Amino acid sequence: MTLSNTYTEKSHKHEKRFQYGQRNMWTGLMFGLGVVAFIDEVVFHQLLQWHHFYDKSTAKIGLISDGLFHAFSFFATIGSAFLLADLHRKHGFWLKRWLGGVFLGAGAFQLYDGIIQHKFMKLHQIRYNVDIIPYDIAWNVIASLLIIIGIVLLVKTNQLKR
Amino acid sequence: MHSHETHLQGFPNLIQAIIVLPFLISLVIYIVAVIYSNRYKKRWSHFRTISWILGHICAIATLIGPFAELAHINFAAHMIAHLLFGMLAPLLIALAAPMTLLVRSIPVKMARRISCVLKNRYLTLVRNPIIASIFNIGGLWLLYTTPLFYMMHESLLLYILIHVHIFLAGYLFTIAFIYIDPTPHPLSYIFRSIVLLIALAAHSILAKYIYAYPPNHVSPIQAEMGAKIMYYGGDVIEIGLVYLLFYQWYKSTRGSNLAKSIPAK
Repeated sequence: MTLSNTYTEKSHKHEKRFQYGQRNMWTGLMFGLGVVAFIDEVVFHQLLQWHHFYDKSTAKIGLISDGLFHAFSFFATIGSAFLLADLHRKHGFWLKRWLGGVFLGAGAFQLYDGIIQHKFMKLHQIRYNVDIIPYDIAWNVIASLLIIIGIVLLVKTNQLKR
Repeated sequence: MHSHETHLQGFPNLIQAIIVLPFLISLVIYIVAVIYSNRYKKRWSHFRTISWILGHICAIATLIGPFAELAHINFAAHMIAHLLFGMLAPLLIALAAPMTLLVRSIPVKMARRISCVLKNRYLTLVRNPIIASIFNIGGLWLLYTTPLFYMMHESLLLYILIHVHIFLAGYLFTIAFIYIDPTPHPLSYIFRSIVLLIALAAHSILAKYIYAYPPNHVSPIQAEMGAKIMYYGGDVIEIGLVYLLFYQWYKSTRGSNLAKSIPAK
């Protein structure tokens, strides 16, 4: 196979990415949401054991929110993996736009978890028996940064759209 | 078992044997049907046969023997039994495509009649994902948040009825979302996905609810352990369900992709 052949084949692989711009974004969003929830479960619940399975002060609405997001996290991770495979199959994968979705989804979930679930619904705190404020600030600042990166990537790729 | 659960006694062996009997019969019938139909039809998939056998082992193990005794007095063991009997066994049994095997093993005339019965409006209705979810997850809420759970261990009739319900509802739930056998009136993937998501969330919520508010006569320590088993163990099986649903979607959309790409080239 000659060099030019490989080149055309490579660009051919993503030739339809502009047609599937929205789908790349949504697939990324789902993946970001799912993966960050998974990291939360593995790192903070299981490895560090900072988070608690259930906090005695949890509001009932907190249980519902937790259950929905818990189910959604593995649902979205698996679903977005199949959607991603489908995008590749359609030659419509667009890395930058997909990543934009991933960052936005990850940040949005973390911010929701940090503000609504931890603070308002008192689902559980980041860590127990410590001064919680620096943890909360770090948590939510990281979330905001992820959201900003995501939005920047999405806006940039949106301009490229034909 | 130092708590007040000690007075809960296991049911006599004879009763256990009677509950197990339908599973033993269906296990034998399936294998006979495979051997018989393989004689003049395409070879039946080993995967399906193994799936059927494993599903039956899961179910029988929770109904009879030392584990069934333990599940009767220990809530954590009870939860493992619930996962095996209400979720894993129905999934494995559904994956074995029993209806497909049945239809290919009997004369065409009878098969036609059976497929007519399967298209029956009532069966289509209960196989609706929303109805199936209410039967399955709603039934669990009823069992664990009311005195029913305690009553089940006191009354033989309730014990049998609830176990029959748990298994059938689990099977119905599985086939409402995952189409292995031929399915008349299939529903869209997006609809099934949304209902499945809500149903799985309701299962997780129930697990945490049990953690916070143990069922009658279950000690908090056992309830906490049982709840975690239900939450994380349920995840493993639910991940399998979600994977199968998306895998079927991925396979089914391949055809339309090819059709679209042919004229373009």
